[in-house]
Amino acid sequence: MGGLQKKKYERGSATNYITRNKARKKLQLSLADFRRLCILKGIYPHEPKHKKKVNKGSTAPRTFYLFKDIRFLLHEPIVRKFREYKVFVRKLRKAYGKAEWTGVERLRDNKPGYKLDHIIKERYPTFIDALRDIDDALSMCFLFSTFARTGKCHVQTITLCRRLTVEWMNYVVTSRSLRKVFLSIKGIYYQAEVLGQLITWLVPYQFAHDHPTDVDYRVMATFTEMYTTLFGFINFRLYQTLNLVYPPKLDSKAESELKAEHEEDYAMDSESYLEKLSALSASLARVVATAEEEENQLDLFPTEGEDQENMQAREKEQKEQEAQKRLFEGLKFFLNREVPRESLAFILRCFGAEVSWDKSLCIGGTYEVTDETITHQIVDRPDMDKQYINRYYIQPQWVFDSVNAQMRLPVEDYFLGTTLPPHLSPFVEEKDGDYVPPEKLKLMALQRGEKPVQEDDEEEEEEDDEEEEEEDEEEDDVDDEELTEEKNLKKMEGTRAQGKTLAVKVTPGKVKPWETGSVGNKVRLEQEEKAEEKRLAIMMMKKKEKYLYDKIMFGKKRTTREVNKLTAKRKAHEDASKAQKKQKKAKKQ
Amino acid sequence: MEEKDDEGESVCRLVQPEGLFMRVKKNSIPRVQISTPYSTRPEGDIRNTVGNIPMEWYQDYPHIGYNLDGKKIFKPIRNKDELDEFLDKMENPDYWRTVHDKTTASDIRLSDEQVDLVHRLQKGQFGDVNFNEYEPSVDFFTNEVMIHPVTNRPQDKRSFIPSLIEKEKVSKLVHAIKMGWIKPRKPKETTPQYYDLWAKEDPNAILGRHKMHVPAPKMRLPGHEESYNPPPEYLLTEEERMAWEQQDAEDRKLPFLPQKHSCLRAVPAFSRFIHERFERCLDLYLCPRQRKMRVNVNPEDLIPKLPKPKDLQPFPTTMSLVYIGHSSLVRSISASPTGQWLVSGSDDCTVRFWEVNTGRCMKTLEVGGAVKSVAWNPNPAVCLVAVESTVLLLNPGLGDRLVVSSTDQLITSYEPPEEDKEQAVTWALSEGPEHDNGHRLTLTHPKAVKQVVWHGKGDYLASVMPDNSSNLQVLIHQVSKRRTQNPFRKNKGLVQCVSFHPLRPYFFVATQRYVRVYNLIKQELTKKLMTNCKWISSMAIHPGGDNLICGSYDCRLAWFDLDLSTKPYKMLRHHKKALRGVAYHKHYPLFASGADDGSVIICHGMVYNDLLQNPLIVPVKVLKGHQITHDLGVLDVTFHPTQPWVFSSGADATIRLFT
Repeated sequence: MGGLQKKKYERGSATNYITRNKARKKLQLSLADFRRLCILKGIYPHEPKHKKKVNKGSTAPRTFYLFKDIRFLLHEPIVRKFREYKVFVRKLRKAYGKAEWTGVERLRDNKPGYKLDHIIKERYPTFIDALRDIDDALSMCFLFSTFARTGKCHVQTITLCRRLTVEWMNYVVTSRSLRKVFLSIKGIYYQAEVLGQLITWLVPYQFAHDHPTDVDYRVMATFTEMYTTLFGFINFRLYQTLNLVYPPKLDSKAESELKAEHEEDYAMDSESYLEKLSALSASLARVVATAEEEENQLDLFPTEGEDQENMQAREKEQKEQEAQKRLFEGLKFFLNREVPRESLAFILRCFGAEVSWDKSLCIGGTYEVTDETITHQIVDRPDMDKQYINRYYIQPQWVFDSVNAQMRLPVEDYFLGTTLPPHLSPFVEEKDGDYVPPEKLKLMALQRGEKPVQEDDEEEEEEDDEEEEEEDEEEDDVDDEELTEEKNLKKMEGTRAQGKTLAVKVTPGKVKPWETGSVGNKVRLEQEEKAEEKRLAIMMMKKKEKYLYDKIMFGKKRTTREVNKLTAKRKAHEDASKAQKKQKKAKKQ
Repeated sequence: MEEKDDEGESVCRLVQPEGLFMRVKKNSIPRVQISTPYSTRPEGDIRNTVGNIPMEWYQDYPHIGYNLDGKKIFKPIRNKDELDEFLDKMENPDYWRTVHDKTTASDIRLSDEQVDLVHRLQKGQFGDVNFNEYEPSVDFFTNEVMIHPVTNRPQDKRSFIPSLIEKEKVSKLVHAIKMGWIKPRKPKETTPQYYDLWAKEDPNAILGRHKMHVPAPKMRLPGHEESYNPPPEYLLTEEERMAWEQQDAEDRKLPFLPQKHSCLRAVPAFSRFIHERFERCLDLYLCPRQRKMRVNVNPEDLIPKLPKPKDLQPFPTTMSLVYIGHSSLVRSISASPTGQWLVSGSDDCTVRFWEVNTGRCMKTLEVGGAVKSVAWNPNPAVCLVAVESTVLLLNPGLGDRLVVSSTDQLITSYEPPEEDKEQAVTWALSEGPEHDNGHRLTLTHPKAVKQVVWHGKGDYLASVMPDNSSNLQVLIHQVSKRRTQNPFRKNKGLVQCVSFHPLRPYFFVATQRYVRVYNLIKQELTKKLMTNCKWISSMAIHPGGDNLICGSYDCRLAWFDLDLSTKPYKMLRHHKKALRGVAYHKHYPLFASGADDGSVIICHGMVYNDLLQNPLIVPVKVLKGHQITHDLGVLDVTFHPTQPWVFSSGADATIRLFT
């Protein structure tokens, strides 16, 4: 028993973790500053494996950070800036108290600020890393850009967010990288493929926000601070890849056109320029004047076997993508006043269409309603007074559905005043066993190039129903026989119990039909045997495996139950609508 | 002001002959407080000396305080009640200027001057009528500039000669500006500057911690139900909506209610948009992140690969015969060693003998009590039945006449020993009609017998009388000598069942949780098996003698390999309810278990002669047929001695044969 006594909690996991409060004390920061630092540096808590060991025997709920993370924060230059800012605030308060206005001015001039460039570089060492993490930044900036310029946060932040989002949208338009769009009840989801990364963001509908009281805007503002820096650098880099000028400039041609009209409407030049950019109707200036699009053909390599198949698949995909990029090319759209201009202009421009709108709606409309060459007018009202013959009047959902289907859908379903078909999410990828709504099936058939079958399917359905019923009857027969047998036995037992002296006899039982019957019965017999075998094997499973197996099977059953529920609901709905139709017909007659 | 206030007060005093004076609090509505003054009174000084106290304290007394002489001041004889008050209010023209003095309990009518004073104070004016607030002010100094200096001191030189020091300072600054050392302050840049941050991507600069970094998971992509115009099946019904609203926000499967809007124009703003974004922010910086390895297991792979039941035939597969005749639960069954007959004992106090092949009831014997256990002698055609508190030895008189007669001979050939020993049970030979029915011997036990078992040779039999408090639970009888002995001196717990080893002189006793194995020759305990069950119900021993199965009321079946360990080699939890009976087949590698869920499970239990190879246990068939009555299903199972058939008796008063 020699040597020093080992003390508890001086090695192992207890020393690898640090509680939040201890970390804060180590860094000599207030809680708010610590929080800000964690957000900026991307430090998050860590759940230890053995909480009690780490917590030195106590089971109190605490948040733990990795000790390494906190040590990493120790020599962060931003921390000093935080302290400087604290001092600055103290001095300013004192100056105010003493009413030394020149001092206040001087202090304000020398307000300490900090830059996050090095943090961005450190958190995202490569450009692709940054691009992968931009989803939240986009959603946040789009949200902040819709805030009113009063109250909740600095006006500069809002304008900066607006500027960055406009730049982003312009980039997506120019690179034509939008893939999917979705109108949800929360807002509009967009998905773009930028440099091979799928980026999804959510834009709220254009309404004034009802600011909740239980939200800490300081946290959101700190995130936005980080996100705007990241977003700006990404935009710069993206513009560079396309040889575009950054900050974005309009094409000289477009600029001269626009300049003539709306010079007097805006007080500030910069403001009007941002508006022009956000109109999204003009193309951007490039550093080097090049042709609009370079066709980047896949090089052909001599390959064999599987590789060749892969190659072909890739080629096909490439072609499809190219086709999708030119989805609306050659079409001329006009947006009515009541449709969301920005999102529609953005989407349409992404797929090569020409868009214009009413002059009163926004700057940047390039042609009038009266233009005869307009092919589609997007309208979201039940009726229009004056209609031109040579254009389609369609509802905005057509644009979204067409983009998701990667083809121009038939416009008939989306005409003015018609009931719209359901709008499906393009993000759902059904595996086998999942529920597929019938609309999706129809769409898939359309994509395969089949003509939509109309009105015939009703009869077919009815036939199907009959068949099913017959099957059911067969099953019933089998059951009945079993039942009758049992009944006979029971009857005999009953008579015995009553004490009647029956002649002792053995009644011949019936051999069950599938045991001697036709081929179909044999198949059934085999299936039954297999099922029985499986059941018996499951009985012999080990406890641990049985638990896992039961869990998996429970999950599977739940999904099937959900699918069944959805199909049943759908069927009920269709039956109801059919009945309504019939009633209407009857009334007409 | 102070002075003036004092003055005002003094004036007041002078004005008020009755001695009332008012104190005025500044900045508040003037409150009238009336108290007796200090001024002298001509006669009958009724000043109250109680001081400034709540006068309610004197409510219950006839007096309201004390005068200067220490005499009580009595209340006026009759206080005004509400009605008086009202009449006063209506009739008295001076009511409005009457004030009640609490300390003297008398009404005082205010004079005109006093009323005027109150008015003035209410308006915020001075109490003194004659006081002028706006007297012209008198300047201490004149405002006119005087032409002559106040002092006669001559001016300093420095006041009219430019300062050299200042000149030096200025010239320094001018020089610095000229040289470009001092520059005007730059306007601060407010817009952030962006540049190509990743111009030099150095893979070596990536910190080690980036490998540890767990990127935040992306937001879930929306499904069909989030659409502004979803397919109708995704909308919630009225009931689902109610359920959704009543659930806690955390329990909800969907964080929002799916809604259908006829057109895009009708879609409102999402009220929780900022909330959701904020929650995402919180998740990003407050949630611990962990990489979870999700193993994609094919559930089919988890199922063990067992030999196919087809390859393990023969075993019983179908129900072929139902033996009907009993009117109550059939507790126990036993097959004759030839396999031709079957005996069953039931709660309807009968023992029935059946022909196995035809299902015909050959004989019914009334015994005076519910039959708990029957056992057919493994050697000749002697059948033994245990009835309530007695054990009967019966000769069924079935089959070969020679065997029947030899059995009778065996019983009659008994010669009583010379000295009678005191025995635990009494042996009685039956005579008369009972003898004709087949009764041969009656062993009257002191307590109810639950189970009887024959030894393999057929001469010895053991009976069990479960009793927690005595050591007389198991008795071993020798039929040829009509002797009975109690093998155990001590009570080791409630005995559930006993059994003889088929080949060696061992005796198995199952108590509630353990099975004890005794060596009958050495008269010692050789083994104690831990079953890990709560309550053993039945036990069976492999004909080889090295394996044992135990059924228990907690749905388990334990297989013991006696050579391996005292713990179960395998626990099988095949049944859903309590096991009631277990049995081994004599020749085939089969064992069966019957339970309260009405099923009999047949398992293939192969025991190898090679000691290194563990027994192979494969369930091969689940036989169903018995109906569950009073929560009881199958009560006993037994195998046919030669064929791969199994008999089961149930609570539905039937016996079933599965072949």
